[in-house]
Amino acid sequence: MGTVFVTVGSTSFDDLIESVTSVESVQTLKACGYERLVLQVGRGSLLPSADICPHISLEAFRFKNSIAEDIKRADLVISHAGAGSCLEALGAGKPLLVVVNDKLMDNHQLELARQLNMDSHLLYCTCRTLTETLRTMDLSVLQPFLPGQPKLFANFLDKALGV
Amino acid sequence: MALLMGLVLAVFVVGLSLIIRVYVVVKAGSKCRPGTEGSVAVLAVAGSGGHTTEILRLMECLSAAYTPRHYVLADTDKMSEDKIHNFEGSKQHSDSQFIIHRIPRSREVQQSWSSSVISTLKALWYSVPLVFRLRPDVVLCNGPGTCVPLCAAGLLLGILGMKKVLIVYVESICRVHNLSMTGKILYTISDYFFVQWSSLKDKYPKSIFLGRIV
Repeated sequence: MGTVFVTVGSTSFDDLIESVTSVESVQTLKACGYERLVLQVGRGSLLPSADICPHISLEAFRFKNSIAEDIKRADLVISHAGAGSCLEALGAGKPLLVVVNDKLMDNHQLELARQLNMDSHLLYCTCRTLTETLRTMDLSVLQPFLPGQPKLFANFLDKALGV
Repeated sequence: MALLMGLVLAVFVVGLSLIIRVYVVVKAGSKCRPGTEGSVAVLAVAGSGGHTTEILRLMECLSAAYTPRHYVLADTDKMSEDKIHNFEGSKQHSDSQFIIHRIPRSREVQQSWSSSVISTLKALWYSVPLVFRLRPDVVLCNGPGTCVPLCAAGLLLGILGMKKVLIVYVESICRVHNLSMTGKILYTISDYFFVQWSSLKDKYPKSIFLGRIV
């Protein structure tokens, strides 16, 4: 059973929750083979109940200590542009669709999401284009995101400091 | 009139010699090799959330020669302390020492400029005695506002000729084209300044680019 995990991080992003639970989005997700939708809605004013989408199994919660388990169980992660959420999903090796909140202008967090999109590590859209993106997206173009190498840092420092 | 001129001249001379002194202290960084004389005392600045995760990823790869390890947290940060205890507890060489210290936070996210200045001065008030007491060989930091007063205190140790403290700064992976506010401030006074995207290396030639390191 294909699972989609949606996360908005520590903030709120009602537009995303609204878009992803819209009739068109849910139908598109179903058509793509996803049957379960898990929403982490943060401080948002929307906390959808399980019965608002009759065609898909839906769960929603505000916060958890760790969303690692939800990411692990997901086949697709839809996330806000926050660096923490993006890196966590990519680090777990999950296909990631980042939805940009165009109401937040000049948000420095966008810088990372944009770059990772240019490097083909994630897909990128806005709430308005979400359904269209879900319909046309090709997850096979995504490149794996290799973990950073702190060992290189340690080696450099050892040499510089004479350790 | 002569008195005024004398005063202006005195301020100018003091200012100029201070700048020269700072320049000399920062330049001395490449010749400072504390590892050749035994263990290296590290003061790591843990910020909130993502910053702490990143700094622990870096600490994880440092060898047992980097001891003792002092962690400094902002006093409003509750999550980092647990993360540090978990991390240090999971280390193999558990005989090595780590100590957690707290100072007031110098800047909350989205705090205004003017009140940031006052809270940074307050954080400096606590940072100077702490750094003077610990006398670390290295201050390692990656961006939370708390870095600035601690690095300033480290620099002051050098200016006073008491100890050269190496300032190692690792810019967060979130920064692709522009340095963070903390990064911009610490770029000039840090001894080793790491960036994780080549576009930043192009813009800031003094920086070190080894690819992604966290």
